[in-house]
Amino acid sequence: MSIILDKVNYVYSEKTAYEIQALKNINLKIDDGEFIGVIGHTGSGKSTLIQHLNGLIKASSGGIYYNGQDIYDSDYKLKELRGKVGLVFQYPEHQLFEATVFADVCFGPRNRGFSRKDSELKAFAALRSVGLSEDFWYRSPFELSGGQKRRAAIAGVLAMEPEALVLDEPTAGLDPKGRDEILDLVAKLHRERQMTVILVSHSMEDVAKYVQRLIVMNRGSILYDGTPGEVFAHYRELEEVGLAAPQVTYLMHELRKRGIPAAGTATTLDEAKQSILQAFSAKHGSVQR
Amino acid sequence: MNFIEARKLVHEYIRRDEDDNVESILTALDGVDLDVKEGEFVAILGHNGSGKSTLAKHLNVLLKASSGTLWVNGKDTKDESSLWDIRQSAGMVFQNPDNQIIASVVEEDVAFGPENIGVPTSEIWKRVERSLKSVGMIQYREHSPNRLSGGQKQRVAIAGVMAMEPKCIVLDEPTAMLDPNGRREVLDAVGQLNKEKGVTIILITHYMEEVIRADRVYVMDNGKVVMHGTPRAIFSQVDALKSYRLDVPQITLLAYELRKAGVPVPEGILTRQELVEALCRLF
Amino acid sequence: MLRDITIGQYYPADSVIHKLDPRTKLMATMVYILSLFLFRSLAGFAAVTLGLFLVILLSKVPFGYMVKGLKAIVVILLITVIFNLFLTPGEPLISFWKLRITEEGLKNAGFMAVRLIYLILGSSILTLTTTPNQLTDGLEKSLRPLNKIHVPVHEIAMMMSIALRFIPILIEETDKIMKAQLARGADFESGNLVKKAKAMVPLLVPLFISAFRRANDLALAMEARCYHGGDGRTKMKPLKYKGIDGIAYLLVGGYFAAVILLRRFL
Repeated sequence: MSIILDKVNYVYSEKTAYEIQALKNINLKIDDGEFIGVIGHTGSGKSTLIQHLNGLIKASSGGIYYNGQDIYDSDYKLKELRGKVGLVFQYPEHQLFEATVFADVCFGPRNRGFSRKDSELKAFAALRSVGLSEDFWYRSPFELSGGQKRRAAIAGVLAMEPEALVLDEPTAGLDPKGRDEILDLVAKLHRERQMTVILVSHSMEDVAKYVQRLIVMNRGSILYDGTPGEVFAHYRELEEVGLAAPQVTYLMHELRKRGIPAAGTATTLDEAKQSILQAFSAKHGSVQR
Repeated sequence: MNFIEARKLVHEYIRRDEDDNVESILTALDGVDLDVKEGEFVAILGHNGSGKSTLAKHLNVLLKASSGTLWVNGKDTKDESSLWDIRQSAGMVFQNPDNQIIASVVEEDVAFGPENIGVPTSEIWKRVERSLKSVGMIQYREHSPNRLSGGQKQRVAIAGVMAMEPKCIVLDEPTAMLDPNGRREVLDAVGQLNKEKGVTIILITHYMEEVIRADRVYVMDNGKVVMHGTPRAIFSQVDALKSYRLDVPQITLLAYELRKAGVPVPEGILTRQELVEALCRLF
Repeated sequence: MLRDITIGQYYPADSVIHKLDPRTKLMATMVYILSLFLFRSLAGFAAVTLGLFLVILLSKVPFGYMVKGLKAIVVILLITVIFNLFLTPGEPLISFWKLRITEEGLKNAGFMAVRLIYLILGSSILTLTTTPNQLTDGLEKSLRPLNKIHVPVHEIAMMMSIALRFIPILIEETDKIMKAQLARGADFESGNLVKKAKAMVPLLVPLFISAFRRANDLALAMEARCYHGGDGRTKMKPLKYKGIDGIAYLLVGGYFAAVILLRRFL
């Protein structure tokens, strides 16, 4: 299974004074089971990009192929694609509408045409997998906390049993603990179900910690596409476009510049810690625990 | 007397059913003491639901305490007659930039506050210009707020407060809905107002990186102030912060982990530079 | 994209008409509308036409841009013409089956069509040359006497200007909510009317909840900025009559007198 984008261009408000080319010649192949981070600042085209993946936005030119099928074919069922590529938007407030959380989660599977009973079974499974306590299932979604709403919204998409999950800044506005909980949940879904996960984020530290592949968007184009290590090696170029590498990446570079033999680059706290500890014990003997 | 003094401040949200019987009581503030001197930069940290926003709303008398006392600029907030004085001397910036901009033109929005307190027209023009300059938004004075970025909108909101010439600005999670660039713009503007104009700043947030430049930090949990001190003193207590659903900046955390693993770096490291220096001394 | 819809359709240009005080323009528009229903001869028609086209020229708004506004009333225009054409009693000119067209009918239909078209063109000059904010300011000040009979004029004007600010925001939000529900397989297009109406629930509930939330936030923000109604408020841009407003009032007066005289004597 894969998603392929072939020379995708997208222009907003074509032929008006506000014309913006939001995507420029995007070529991308997303394989089954990948965990991908997409970073870039506001207006870089990252939100536009992910809305192409489930056909919410139609490319101005270029093609998109889901499992080899052209999604712009006249007989391709876009509605089915939206069930397969589940897209969770930034603000759960934009999708929660039913009287209870449970009824809300049933909305997706009902739209996919499942019977009431099947939909409820799927909703059960989805709510359980996002770890939302049963106490909240029959409450109004508007009584939930920010983090709980986020879970309910993710459950609402998971209940459609998608093959890929795309999340647009799922941690915006959450406190540090809430952020970690949601990201851990996403990582767990990826691990346990081998689901393709695409995570759009502003936080370099977050994506570096979780994803295997990182796509950096800038002015509608893909600037870098590689492992976090490969991408953050370009920390100077990233700064030029107003982005930055994780703090630890800078730290390791500075240490090396100062002649400290802490080897290599680091993109996560653990990597940095291990290489400093190694260097330290090489010099001072093994450290006491 | 301090600019802000709160003593045993309590706020209860009381929910009543149709028959006016009390259904539940939520204690959002539970005996809070707070002291802020004029010209200080104070940060209030806490997870969502810790009571920090409720506290902010008291400083502007948008909420009234259930018990306890609160003085702002030497005036008791219980005294109805000083309401407008207090709101003018302690301005407030909210989380969602869209929901606090009233006019369809930037300069007209900045003028809204001065208009409300009856500032003469010629003086309004001067104030609008000064405040837009102080947040670096003067070139957008005739724009519509709708086409500005989040950080720009939030700076317009700050200018709107500045135009009332307050002694203090309370910012209630002003960066929660912004991207990293917008966040930096807003914090830089706030820092500059504090340093150059001596405006007292009370910044309410849950982003740890934002409180490093504060003079003092209050940490709230469950409606109580649970920690209080300089950023360095607060950040050296990593485990305590974690128990309050907070964390510390990545560099501070790394230093803490290294220390735990036996590398003798000092406690409470805040910046990358500090950690580099500390490690260089060890090698 | 939905956000490109501009409300009020203000057309920025540097013209005499743009510079006029909104109160002057409001008054002139009223007089103009009145005059449309006063003329009944060709001479009166000529006077009104002259007045209208002179102002259009002065406003520097392209004529083609104005005519676009007429598209919206084509249906009403046709209905008016047809009713007047066939239902006015008098000497029949042509008659077939049960329908007959009279001379008076023809005249009425023609004048009604012209009146409607002129009405739209004339009042669109007001909105094309006045920003929504100026317009609310002008209304607030012109209607101030109504305060005496306890009409909350200031509050109404404030609500209008806030509405103008939030319409684009809510349109954009509708767009986002629609996408979020489409991503969950919602279908806003197919099915009969009942089904379509039902499909709007997932759109309207989040939209209303968000609108109420925004209203609540905004009320707090206004209070925090010392808003306490219209009393004791000053203005950054107070409305002030200038020389050209005096001239405009004189010209409008002259125009109105001419229309009335033409009605009596020609």
